[in-house]
Amino acid sequence: MKRASWFNVTSLTLGFAFLYLPMVLLVIYSFNSSKLVTVWAGFSTQWYGELMQNEAFLDAALVTLKVAIASSTLATILGTMAAYVLVRGGRFTGRTLFSGMIYAPLVMPEVITGLSLLLLFIGIGLDRGVLTIVLAHTTFSMCYVSVVVSSRLVSFDRSLEEAALDLGCSAFDAFRLVTLPIIAPAVISGWLLAFTLSLDDLVIASFTTGPSSTTLPIKIWSAVRLGVSPEINALSTLMIGIVTVGVISASLISKRNAVKAQQDMQAAERGAT
Amino acid sequence: MERHGRRFAGAMNMRRFFLIAVPYGWLLALFLVPFFIVFKISLSDLALAIPPYQPTMKDGIGQMLSAFDFENFVFLTTDDLYWKAYLSSLKIALISTVLALLVGYPMAYAMARAPEEWRPTLMMLVILPFWTSFLIRVYAWVGILSNEGFLNQFLLWTGIIDAPLTIMNTTTAVYIGIVYTYLPFMILPIYAALDRLDESLIEAAEDLGCSRTKAFWLVTIPLSRNGIIAGCFLVFIPALGEFVIPSLLGGSGTLMIGKVLFEEFFNNRDWPVASAVAVILLLILIVPIILFQRNQQRQAESET
Repeated sequence: MKRASWFNVTSLTLGFAFLYLPMVLLVIYSFNSSKLVTVWAGFSTQWYGELMQNEAFLDAALVTLKVAIASSTLATILGTMAAYVLVRGGRFTGRTLFSGMIYAPLVMPEVITGLSLLLLFIGIGLDRGVLTIVLAHTTFSMCYVSVVVSSRLVSFDRSLEEAALDLGCSAFDAFRLVTLPIIAPAVISGWLLAFTLSLDDLVIASFTTGPSSTTLPIKIWSAVRLGVSPEINALSTLMIGIVTVGVISASLISKRNAVKAQQDMQAAERGAT
Repeated sequence: MERHGRRFAGAMNMRRFFLIAVPYGWLLALFLVPFFIVFKISLSDLALAIPPYQPTMKDGIGQMLSAFDFENFVFLTTDDLYWKAYLSSLKIALISTVLALLVGYPMAYAMARAPEEWRPTLMMLVILPFWTSFLIRVYAWVGILSNEGFLNQFLLWTGIIDAPLTIMNTTTAVYIGIVYTYLPFMILPIYAALDRLDESLIEAAEDLGCSRTKAFWLVTIPLSRNGIIAGCFLVFIPALGEFVIPSLLGGSGTLMIGKVLFEEFFNNRDWPVASAVAVILLLILIVPIILFQRNQQRQAESET
C-alpha cells in the first residue's frame, strides 16, 4: 500500500501548487522593475529601496513588534497558568466556565472579539493605543498558548513531579525544576504562535487601536484596498522570508534535539544492561 | 509543628487561589464582560453623543433599564440587507467548506499514504502557510484573479479563453480565498485521523471481496469521520464571520455578515445596530461551536 500511486502524487502536486504558487508569484514579482505589478519588465530591487525609505511603514513595523513581544510574553505566562489550572487544578467552582472561556476565543469571529473589546475599553474610559491592542491580543492568544501547553501537560508523567515533592522540593521548585523544563518546548511554541498571531492580526487591532498607533497589518490593509502595489509585494516577500527561515530552523532544531534525546536514551539503556 | 503545617497549607491554598484567579479574572474581564456590554448596547438607541448611543450608566441604572428595547433586532428583520447577509454568509461558508473538503481530503489521504520519511516534511509544508501572514496570503490572490492578472494572462496565452474572465470581486473569488486560507485547518485533522487508521482493516475488507473503491467508502471514510467533522467545523466557523476575504476579493458584490458588521461600525458609526448584528451572529454560531466541542470530546474519550 505504501507505493506512490499516480492519484496520490497528483493530488499532492496540485494541492501544494495551489498552496504555494500565489506566494511564489508574489515573491518573484516583488523584484519586477515595472510599476505594473503583473507585467514583467526586468529584475530590480528598487521597491525594497523605496520600502526602506518609507517611514510610515517602518514606524508601523516598530509598533507591531512592540505589541507582539509584549502581548505574546503576557499571553505565554497567563496561558501556561491557565493550562496548569486546566490539567492539574482539580475541581473548583466555575471550572466549566473557565474551560469554556479558554476554548471559545479560538473559534470566535474576530469582528465580534474586536467589537466587544472596543466597547469595553470605551466603557471604562481607557484611551485606545498600544496598551489596548496589547490587552486585546493577550486575551485571544493566551487561549492558543494554553491549548498548546495543556496538550503537553496531559501527556506528561505526573509521578516525576510527585518524586520531586517527596524528595523535599517545594511546589514552586518542583514546577521550576521538573515541570517547566519538560513543558518548555510547548511553552516556546506557544510563545511563537502568540507572536505570529499578534503580528498577523488586522481586525482586532483595527477595532482596538487609536489614531496614534498604527500596526503593520492596518497599514498594509489601507494600501492593498487600493489594489496591488510593488512596495507591498516587497514587504510581503520580506515577511514570508523571515517566517520561512524561522519555521525551517525551528523544525531543524527540534529534529536535532529529538535525535539527541534518542541517542541519550539508547546510551542510558546500554549503560543499564 | 502542626501550626507550621497549617500555615504551609494556607500558603499552598493562597498559591492555588492565585494561580486560578489570575487567568480566570483576566478572561472574565476581557472576554466575558465585553459580551455583556455588546448585549447591553444592542438594546440601546443611536444618539448623537460620545459614546454614540443612549441611555448610558450616567442616566442611572433604573432609567437605563427602562429605556432598553429590542428595536435594533426588529430593525434587523425589517431591513432585508441583514438577513440576506446572514443567509449569504451561511451559503458561502457552507460551499467553501465542501470545496475545502474536496481539495483537502485527497491531500490528507495522499500524505497518510506517503513514505514514512516524507511525512514530517509534508506536514511542515502544510503548516508553513499558516505561519505566514493571513493578509498577505489573501492579497496574493488579487494579482492572480484580477482582469489583467496572472490567471487571465495564462488562460489567454494558452488560448482557452478569448476575453479575460471576471473573477475578482465576485463570490467565486471569495470561495477561492476561503479554501486557500483555511485548507491547512481541513487537512491536519483528517491527516491525523487517517494516520491512526489501521491498514490491516482495509486489507481485511479487500480480502473479504471488497473492491478498492468500496473498501475506501466502507472503511476509510467512516474511520476518518471525526477528522472530517473537525476539519469542516474548523473551516465553517471562522468562514462564517470572515471579514478580510470578502472585503478584499469579493468587492461590493459579495454580502457577508462580518463585512456588514465592520462597515456598520466604522462607516455608519451605528454602534447599537452593529452590536445587534454581533449578538445574532453569535447566536447562529453557538450551534456549530457546541457540535464541534462535542465531537472533540468524543474523540478525546475514544482515544483514552
